[in-house]
Amino acid sequence: MNIELAANFSYILSAGLFIFGLKMLGSPATARRGNLLSSLGMLIAVVAGLTASGIVSYEYIIGGVILGSIIGALAARLVAMTSMPEMVALFNGSGGVASLLVGWATLYLAGNDTATAVLSTVGPATGISTFKAFTAVLAILIGGVTFTGSLIAYGKLSETIGSAAVVFTGQRLVNSLILAGLIGSGVMFCQQPAVDSQWLYIVLGLSLVLGVMVVIPIGGADMPVVISLLNSYSGIAACAAGFAINNNILIVAGSLVGAAGIILTNIMCKAMNRSLANVLFSGFGAVKQGKAIEGEVNPISVEDAYYILEAANNVCFVPGYGMAVAQAQHVVKELGEILEENGCEVSYAIHPVAGRMPGHMNVLLAEADVPYEQLVEMDDINPRIENVDVAIVIGANDVVNPSAREDEDSPIWGMPIINVDQARTVFILKRSMASGFSGVDNPLFFGENSRMLFGDAKVSISGVIAEFS
Amino acid sequence: MEVVFLTFILVLSIFLGFELISKVPATLHTPLMSGANAISGITLAGAFLSAGAVGNEAAVILGTAAVTFATINVAGGYLVTDRMLGMFKSKTGGGK
Repeated sequence: MNIELAANFSYILSAGLFIFGLKMLGSPATARRGNLLSSLGMLIAVVAGLTASGIVSYEYIIGGVILGSIIGALAARLVAMTSMPEMVALFNGSGGVASLLVGWATLYLAGNDTATAVLSTVGPATGISTFKAFTAVLAILIGGVTFTGSLIAYGKLSETIGSAAVVFTGQRLVNSLILAGLIGSGVMFCQQPAVDSQWLYIVLGLSLVLGVMVVIPIGGADMPVVISLLNSYSGIAACAAGFAINNNILIVAGSLVGAAGIILTNIMCKAMNRSLANVLFSGFGAVKQGKAIEGEVNPISVEDAYYILEAANNVCFVPGYGMAVAQAQHVVKELGEILEENGCEVSYAIHPVAGRMPGHMNVLLAEADVPYEQLVEMDDINPRIENVDVAIVIGANDVVNPSAREDEDSPIWGMPIINVDQARTVFILKRSMASGFSGVDNPLFFGENSRMLFGDAKVSISGVIAEFS
Repeated sequence: MEVVFLTFILVLSIFLGFELISKVPATLHTPLMSGANAISGITLAGAFLSAGAVGNEAAVILGTAAVTFATINVAGGYLVTDRMLGMFKSKTGGGK
């Protein structure tokens, strides 16, 4: 049998495995097998890719695969669960740069390739068809934006660089100019495609710059949106590379990932009641401030917290990014177990954008062995929040801020929140209260039924646990 | 016709992707994302062609770099997803 035909049939098989794998990722019970299926699909695609005609020598391929596997495997084993968002950002970036490189390299190969040269007009004397030039430019552009964008996202998530939004006057103008420059030089390149064309280098440089520019104005709390979006880009870049080298499996797999990323992005945006454009173009810090709130908070001691929890029948934990920072997930789970033994119903309510990436809190709690049946979504807990005796807010702020419901001037007005203020009692674990009460824009802290448990979340919860024993 | 054919595949896959993903519960958003991210390393299958084109130095250099980065994406992505999913446990039965 013709080996190329065999390779193409294997691609169909691996596309099927990707699809089934993604489908099985939809349920916690089957997700792990789904991931295995998807990796099997990848293995088949990779082996089929090795049979491509035109490969003269395998030494560099083997070298690259070994090096990449070692780095990837080490990174995947060693990373702490709390650092997962930045790890995903890095993997994303390496996928992006790979697509960029494939797009670029394909221009050097174009002379040997006849498949696409036939179907489109052949550029003068170079052998690079306009279609190939166009798709290669797309792969370079999207891959480049994904690469540097992911690096900046990594920097922000790991706090290597400040996580605040970087906004300056004329930012939109600068970005528009970069984009216009990119389109212009892309068009110039496609008209006279050559590997040593200056336009190619301009496209390359500008796309790397654009990646930086689009991510710097986005603040830390909006990171779930950015990560999903970059994930989508990396898929689209693979897709463009697939067009450039005329490879079906790249197109199928790339567009599956692209679609997945866009859906997640959409879910994240909805959970913040903001449009994608609003997230991308307006630094969150720059928007108007809501009403200043005045009032007094009710602090509570660890001992009193214990007495209340001891009597509670229904406790709901509401974790946020602060839980990740304090590494408090294990003690939270321990307290949850103690409460259950005490005859109390325990649940963990998770807002879609809690943390720094979609599903961030779920992963941390899973790490601490919380069974996934106890993790409830916002829409499930809100209707029965009035039956909750104690809601324990750990390092979450915006996602439980009642201003989103009540204060039309608030920057987060309209965002769906977990209505912990409607629970019978709310414990808020917080490091400290900022000096001076005015300006603190979370009225939850001043609520009648709110009790502030100041201090490191991990230490406070350990204290409560100690009271129980 | 080839372009039309490829675009056909593109459009159908996008619709399929939307259908598949829109039903995933929030609990699994992180593994879903990193699992999908691993799939985007599929570029690897395309990078071989350049990395193996000995005699064409520039293509080999770019291709080998692409192979390395794509493998990081694939290997790291799948392993980290597996590691995460291994932690999701049901109350009734441990594991998987």
